[in-house]
Amino acid sequence: MSDLTRLSAGGLAERLVAGEVSSVEATQAHLDRIGEVDGAVHAFLHVDAEGALTQAAEVDRRRGRGAVLHPLAGVPIAVKDLVATKGIPTTAGSRLLEGWVPPYDATIVTRLRAAGLPILGKTNMDEFAMGSSTEHSAFGPSHNPWDLARIPGGSGGGSAAAVAAFEAPLAIGTDTGGSIRQPGSVTGTVGVKPTYGGVSRYGLVALASSLDQAGPVTRTVLDAALLHELVGGHDPRDSTSIDAPMPALVDAVRGADVTGVRIGVVRELGGEGYQTGVRARFDEAVELLAGAGAEVVEVSCPHFTYGLAAYYLILPSEASSNLARYDAMRYGLRVAPDDVGHGDGPSAEDVMLATREAGFGDEAKRRIILGTYALSSGYYDAYYGSAQKVRTLVARDFAAAFERADVLVSPTTPTTAFRLGEKVDDPLAMYLNDIATLPANLAGVPGLSLPSGLADEDGLPAGFQVLAPATADDRMYRVGAVLERLLLDRWGGPLLDRAPALPGARGVPA
Amino acid sequence: MPGISRDDVANLARLARIDLSEAELDHLAPQLQVIVESVARVQEVADADVPPTSHPLPVVNVFRDDVVQPGLSADEALAAAPAVEQQRFSVPRILGEEA
Repeated sequence: MSDLTRLSAGGLAERLVAGEVSSVEATQAHLDRIGEVDGAVHAFLHVDAEGALTQAAEVDRRRGRGAVLHPLAGVPIAVKDLVATKGIPTTAGSRLLEGWVPPYDATIVTRLRAAGLPILGKTNMDEFAMGSSTEHSAFGPSHNPWDLARIPGGSGGGSAAAVAAFEAPLAIGTDTGGSIRQPGSVTGTVGVKPTYGGVSRYGLVALASSLDQAGPVTRTVLDAALLHELVGGHDPRDSTSIDAPMPALVDAVRGADVTGVRIGVVRELGGEGYQTGVRARFDEAVELLAGAGAEVVEVSCPHFTYGLAAYYLILPSEASSNLARYDAMRYGLRVAPDDVGHGDGPSAEDVMLATREAGFGDEAKRRIILGTYALSSGYYDAYYGSAQKVRTLVARDFAAAFERADVLVSPTTPTTAFRLGEKVDDPLAMYLNDIATLPANLAGVPGLSLPSGLADEDGLPAGFQVLAPATADDRMYRVGAVLERLLLDRWGGPLLDRAPALPGARGVPA
Repeated sequence: MPGISRDDVANLARLARIDLSEAELDHLAPQLQVIVESVARVQEVADADVPPTSHPLPVVNVFRDDVVQPGLSADEALAAAPAVEQQRFSVPRILGEEA
């Protein structure tokens, strides 16, 4: 039954509905696969076999009684460890939250449970979602299933690696500057950042609240649409949640056609700094879309070149404020300082200083200090204030570009997966990974990444990004679905079929 | 020339309640200097007539109906506390002897 892990979520769902396979069998197959390969991949920080199988058995019982279930009922899923799960540890990849068991579910998780998706476990990530490689996880990095010596992207590298390694058909990610799309790009999987406000943030460990957005991590565009429709939509518990119906995403995939669709190639997201093979696969993908009837135009978004700088002021500013809650008082780590230099015992401030020193890793410390600087009196206007103006300019660039094009496209990331350790202590080099993805977060528009092929020079996956106007998420699904179909025809099967067998997998020496 | 000195970093870390060691200051301060120099380029295009954006969507404050909703029990709220006393969060002293 191990081939159950090779099915798409949609394909597995059909077999569950047809009664050809039970949810317990499907869930067990994925738990077995995790047991086989996760020692090498390290996509998971916590596996909840008992909880997943209990949920699976419940779905099987309800289905057996003839209950009308959600189309994805019984399809197991992995959840990024930034998302609160009642009764299942949630660490955000940080020592500060090690062992924390949330007393409530994020709205996303409430919806997953209500729809009957067994939760396999929690996936690895850079600490508090700060990073592009999972190397800033306090619990060790995840590994790219295409080459275990390389990064799976970040911050949601665990979710992408889990899906790419067939440990889960679906996963939840979160994307503040590219943390769903960049891991998707470097692992040959699909990742979607919905319109800001499209998916509830209630129960997400907050990084940068005006940028954070949760979304689907999958192997196919249709699976992403199925999961997006399940977790998306208005939530009264999130004051930034959009109180309007979502566009029909699954229908957009099923009836996808790009005839007459205007596709804008963003001049500033390509060219210099982009790997040759990444550009080649991107150019071919654009040609395929043109061949399918799309109208290709070049658009210019001149302020995108300032996006990186603005992002790395806005994000640290918001993060320094959000992470102030880790004060060692009500939950999370509390460290007593060794020596406080006075006789009356450590004060709350002494404990905070020691706890945050021990609990945060380098990248969290860098960003908290940077944010504290950008927000401090005397520097606020020059840094945070200027970054907010650039944010306006980036949004205006998008608005102008969407006058001329229905969607915008670019390579998702400038390069394929780099080697673990290569950039871990070079923050600016690490930040450049987000250069093509973060403009969408600044403006709140949705973005989808799907594989465009393998780069010739290293044989590793490259990603193709589709951006749409806010609340027009259906457009990126339409274009993504057509491109996926054309590429599958060209490749003769899914790109992930070409990934090497993993050590520990059945028939492969560990 | 924008700048952030080692002393600045030490002061900011204290403001952010992070007790950085000398070795960490040696490591992080030069990195932060490079980052600050890089992100300062936002000032090149931040003209006075550009309005700031704090949020991607034009949202307004949201109110819910004033109806009691289920919340956490005291035990649930305290379950993850580092220390608990008499069904309350137990915290270190907040004042010094001199206060």
